[in-house]
Amino acid sequence: MFLEINPLVLPDIGLVFWNTVAFLGLLVVLGKFAWKPMLKAISDREKGIEDSLAKADKMKADLTAMQNENEALLAKAREERATLIKEAKEASEKMIAEAKDKAKSEYERIVADAQVAINQQKNAALTEVKNQVGSLVVEVAEKVLRRELTNKAEQETYIKQLADGVKLN
Amino acid sequence: MVLQRLKPLLIVSFLSIFLLNATPLFANEKEAAAKEEGSFNVTQTILEHIKDDHSWHLWGHTSISLPVILYTPAGFEVFSSAKLIDEHHEPAVYKGNFNYKLVEGKAKILNAAGEVDVEASKKLWDFSITKNVASLFISVIVLLLVILTAAGAYKKTGITSAPKGLQSFMEPIVLFVRDEIALPNIGAKRYAKYMPFLLTIFFLILTNNFLGLIPIFPGGANVSGNIAFTMTLAVCVFIVVNLSSNKNYWEHIFWMPGMHWSMKLFLAPIELIGVFNKPISLMIRLFANITAGHILVLSLVCLIFIFKTVYAAAVAVPFVIFIFLIELLVAFLQAYIFTMLTAMYIGMASEEGHHDQAHH
Repeated sequence: MFLEINPLVLPDIGLVFWNTVAFLGLLVVLGKFAWKPMLKAISDREKGIEDSLAKADKMKADLTAMQNENEALLAKAREERATLIKEAKEASEKMIAEAKDKAKSEYERIVADAQVAINQQKNAALTEVKNQVGSLVVEVAEKVLRRELTNKAEQETYIKQLADGVKLN
Repeated sequence: MVLQRLKPLLIVSFLSIFLLNATPLFANEKEAAAKEEGSFNVTQTILEHIKDDHSWHLWGHTSISLPVILYTPAGFEVFSSAKLIDEHHEPAVYKGNFNYKLVEGKAKILNAAGEVDVEASKKLWDFSITKNVASLFISVIVLLLVILTAAGAYKKTGITSAPKGLQSFMEPIVLFVRDEIALPNIGAKRYAKYMPFLLTIFFLILTNNFLGLIPIFPGGANVSGNIAFTMTLAVCVFIVVNLSSNKNYWEHIFWMPGMHWSMKLFLAPIELIGVFNKPISLMIRLFANITAGHILVLSLVCLIFIFKTVYAAAVAVPFVIFIFLIELLVAFLQAYIFTMLTAMYIGMASEEGHHDQAHH
């Protein structure tokens, strides 16, 4: 037989036995104490790296979102400020205008009041003047009438004198 | 791969050259010529180097004696291999329960007349720690030391730090086995279960391939080029493949779906042969490739002794170095191929049949 002639292809039972022992021993020992923990550590690390990469990506996205949000907020604030300024300006203008209007109307009212008062005072003064003139005239007339009775020439000078004495203020 | 295919051819051509040269020398009086001073039997020298031995030859007449463990109908017997060799380094008779003698390197039982008792020798089981077994044990110790140290580093440094030292040497290889061998062939769902098996096979073959390439003591044994070694691994692969097989796999073997019934009958025996053929091809591939490499290197070294001039070394040594470099590649390649095919067979046996469900 071919197997008998070639010693190289004849398996020795000794090596078969010891190799089985060695291989199974290695398989059990390495499987339990080396391959399992090693593979677990490697896959754990890979998972850790994957997780941290995902986390970094998420953080980056979050950061971008935050930045966008910030920008949006800033833009909104700017807009608000602009409107606020505009409104304030408008309000102040309105207030100024209102104040002006009010001042004007007040002035007009005061002027009108003053005129009314002046007119009243004027009228009152005129009335008083008229009354005084009246009473003076009556007084003069009374005096004249009393003098007339005595002297005609004197009477005239007297009237003249009286007339001078009346000062229409 | 091309080199791989070419190598057996190269060896055959090398060997035929040697045999052609050697035959006229030794054809007539082979025994006498081999013992003659100065003559040199290439085939015998090479075979002695790649075969297993009961003692570990170091240099000259110095060798390490290894324990011989024999099991006979009379029970176990353990003694030193030195007792099977006399002071002239020739096989000697050792008287234990029986009379033992090494014939062509194998322990045999002698009868009263001093001849090999064939019947009794058949009942002799040799569990000796031979050179190959010792080398295998050395590789196991090396593997345990290296791999357990590397695995321990994960516990020490945790998973957050980058691998250091041995760990960073081992991790790429482990990742290679996982990502290039197990994952693509077995699939992400089931690969994890087979990783320890594949890794152990890969590293055991790789270590023994490399140890076999070292020409001096801790190496030099041809373990992974020994049929017993490759057969054991192939049997383990056969068992694992068949344990992981499912209904779909066996259906494809005995009753190929989507075929005419006559074709099914025709294919069944072929597929059944394939079940056994796969591990056998694993066994022969590793054995032949590693043994071929050893024969090639030894043949080139023997050139010096054939031409009986030191100047032959000028040709032989560069060639030997070149072949050694190729052997380094082959050592890795064969470990890879063995593991990859194992993974592929496991993947084929445990593949789920949804692909074929569509045909029904």
